[in-house]
Amino acid sequence: MKKILLGNEAIVQGALESGVQYVSAYPGTPSSEIGIVFGKIAQKHGIYFEFAVNEKTAMESAIGSSYSGLKTLVSMKNFGLNVALDAFLPFVYTGAKGATVIVVADDPSCHSSGQSEENSRGFADLAHVPILEPQDAQEAKDFTILAFKLSEKYSVPVILRTTTRVAHQRMPVEIGIINIENKKGEFVKNKNKFVTMPPRVLEMKGELLKKLETMKKDSEKLALISRGKGKLGIITSGVANLHVTEVLRKNNLNIPVLKIGMFNPLPEKKILSFVSDMKEVLIAEELEGFIEKKVKEIAGCKLKIYGKDLLPEIGELSNEKIALALGKLVKKKLFVKRTEKDLKIPLRYPRLCQGCPYWIVFSAIKKMAPEGTIFGGDIGCYMLAGFAPHEIQDYLLSMGSSIGVGHGINKAGGQKVIALIGDSTFFHAGIPALINSVYNKSDLLIFVLDNRITAMTGHQPNPGMGLTGTGESAKEIKIEDIAKACGAENVKTVDPVNMQELQDAIRDFINKKGTSVIVSRRICAYYERKLKKNI
Amino acid sequence: MDKNFNIVIAGVGGQGVITLVQLIAEAAFAEGYDVKTSELHGLSQRGGSVETHVRFGKKVWSPLISEGEADLIISLELAETLRKLRYANKNTKFVINGYFFPYPEGLSEEEITGIIGREIKQEKRIVPASKVCQEKLEKEVVSTSYLLGYCVSNELIPLKKESVLKAMENLFPEKYLELNKKAFELVWEN
Ligand SMILES: Cc1ncc(C[n+]2csc(CCOP(=O)(O)OP(=O)(O)O)c2C)c(N)n1
Ligand code: SF4
Repeated sequence: MKKILLGNEAIVQGALESGVQYVSAYPGTPSSEIGIVFGKIAQKHGIYFEFAVNEKTAMESAIGSSYSGLKTLVSMKNFGLNVALDAFLPFVYTGAKGATVIVVADDPSCHSSGQSEENSRGFADLAHVPILEPQDAQEAKDFTILAFKLSEKYSVPVILRTTTRVAHQRMPVEIGIINIENKKGEFVKNKNKFVTMPPRVLEMKGELLKKLETMKKDSEKLALISRGKGKLGIITSGVANLHVTEVLRKNNLNIPVLKIGMFNPLPEKKILSFVSDMKEVLIAEELEGFIEKKVKEIAGCKLKIYGKDLLPEIGELSNEKIALALGKLVKKKLFVKRTEKDLKIPLRYPRLCQGCPYWIVFSAIKKMAPEGTIFGGDIGCYMLAGFAPHEIQDYLLSMGSSIGVGHGINKAGGQKVIALIGDSTFFHAGIPALINSVYNKSDLLIFVLDNRITAMTGHQPNPGMGLTGTGESAKEIKIEDIAKACGAENVKTVDPVNMQELQDAIRDFINKKGTSVIVSRRICAYYERKLKKNI
Repeated sequence: MDKNFNIVIAGVGGQGVITLVQLIAEAAFAEGYDVKTSELHGLSQRGGSVETHVRFGKKVWSPLISEGEADLIISLELAETLRKLRYANKNTKFVINGYFFPYPEGLSEEEITGIIGREIKQEKRIVPASKVCQEKLEKEVVSTSYLLGYCVSNELIPLKKESVLKAMENLFPEKYLELNKKAFELVWEN
């Protein structure tokens, strides 16, 4: 039986069919639906699910589960893996006990990511981690199942790397049988396996490299050749393969294609045999030319290799881009860029919802901040502070940085900084930065925008609002209590609809010495409407 | 159907673009077609421009529609139509919700309708979906279902009414189902 699934739903389905027992996640587009769906269905299937505080804790939670022998999945967006990396690298060394799949979602073209156009494939050589790259929703499911199998076979965590066009693609997907064994995990002590210390850690590295070497044969199996004619070939992977196929079919081109399913380790033998009777090959891969470099390394200099000279390194690929590049090689116009008249329709930027509590907060800050104040931005709906009519955002980097960088600016030159940070982001990465600001004595005003939810990624619960990822009640951790416990000199909680109180608080705190924290607490208007609709 | 049928759906975040994509995909699948869609979630939903693709036919490869290859462009908002012209060829049909959602530094409704009139030479229908739904059902939000009814009844989408109704039953929670069905079927009543 087939059912139309979103790529992310297909990953959930694959995990269920693999018998997943433990799932942790931190939301981030385009991976968020995985956590959202598990939050809804985990209890029914007897699976443990949590939204963790950040990706590092999500990863550690998953590692604990894997060490206890459970089938485990952890999901995050690309930037999340950066946060989790410190725990992740040694985990790959120790290996997984319970099969473990790590879903990492990239976002070429930065449709929903402001910070960088990160290509997680770059972690392959750094972490020596196997990486699978599905092209569509069906493969998202199949490769999830395969990832669990490989993880089990080689006792190594496996990354399932998606991109927006895979994660947010729908298609009919074959549905199989869900078979989950409800058992308790058990951590069986084994220093040799779970304690990374020299000299053991170096042995572990050796074992890992060996595993990867053996896994090459699995990679070979997963690399598929579509036969064709001629001395020009195409090597591709992920969704780019679908664009390639589209262009070839449409133009009746019979060019051989090698589709890579496993990015790390690469199927070197298949690549070699594929290119052995080629004169030229086009590497159609998104973002940085990692496969291209590898092919150059192994194929020798007789082969003419095209890649990033014909296809852009920035932005996702498309049918048009493939057609343009391929057209140059087959010397035919496969795509004619039409000169479209510039109609000068101004861009429509996203904006705060009607009734969003941030409207009031931004205008109060703008009104009360003295001339020359630097406004630190952070990651969440309140990034819109950077757009008109607010325009209070002078730097923006990564979760938690509004505080950390604000501290640096204040220490460097004594300028007044107001750092804006959301509740989820505060828990995620704001707390160490707050402590640093207190400890190293900067004069910083931190504005925590507590809207009782992780709004931007689709309204997931967080530690401040009294619910877990499965909707159970949880301890509500108060941001003002944390701020006080961290030693912040001035702490105040306001409801922003009390305009006067809000403005007084800003006026009062802005020139105070030390680290000041204003917690502006009012529920996200969108979330509130959603709650009311469900009643 | 030899060739895949390609629909680009444009709108503003929060208008229900993704629900429309799902309905078409489910209905096409129920009729035995292969289907692929592509959509964007995240910040684009907060009142920004949204673009989605739905393709169905014997076998669909890429989830993305190439420039110049849309058979139908549905726009849930007037100004958003004008951002999708690159997907059109001379046979592309346009179905446009006659609804204007102003934004900072945007053009006026008159300017936008003026440009639509001048620049879109293809078959185009401006349908007052939001207005009709507000007047007849007192709910503007179901205008996407009305527009879909419009497309199906005018044979602008090669899908059967029954398949869409079935898709609605599968997709909508009970409390929204009746209203959406009503909106979808309004066109046949007139
Ligand atoms: C390391 C990392 N993980 C996840 C994300 C995705 N992400 C973008 S905004 C956001 C959460 C914002 O929540 P909050 O701080 O509560 O602000 P709100 O959207 O509610 O205003 C997340 C998780 C990211 N950008 N970086
Ligand atoms: S989703 Fe919530 S926090 Fe985000 S803009 Fe809308 S009301 Fe504001």
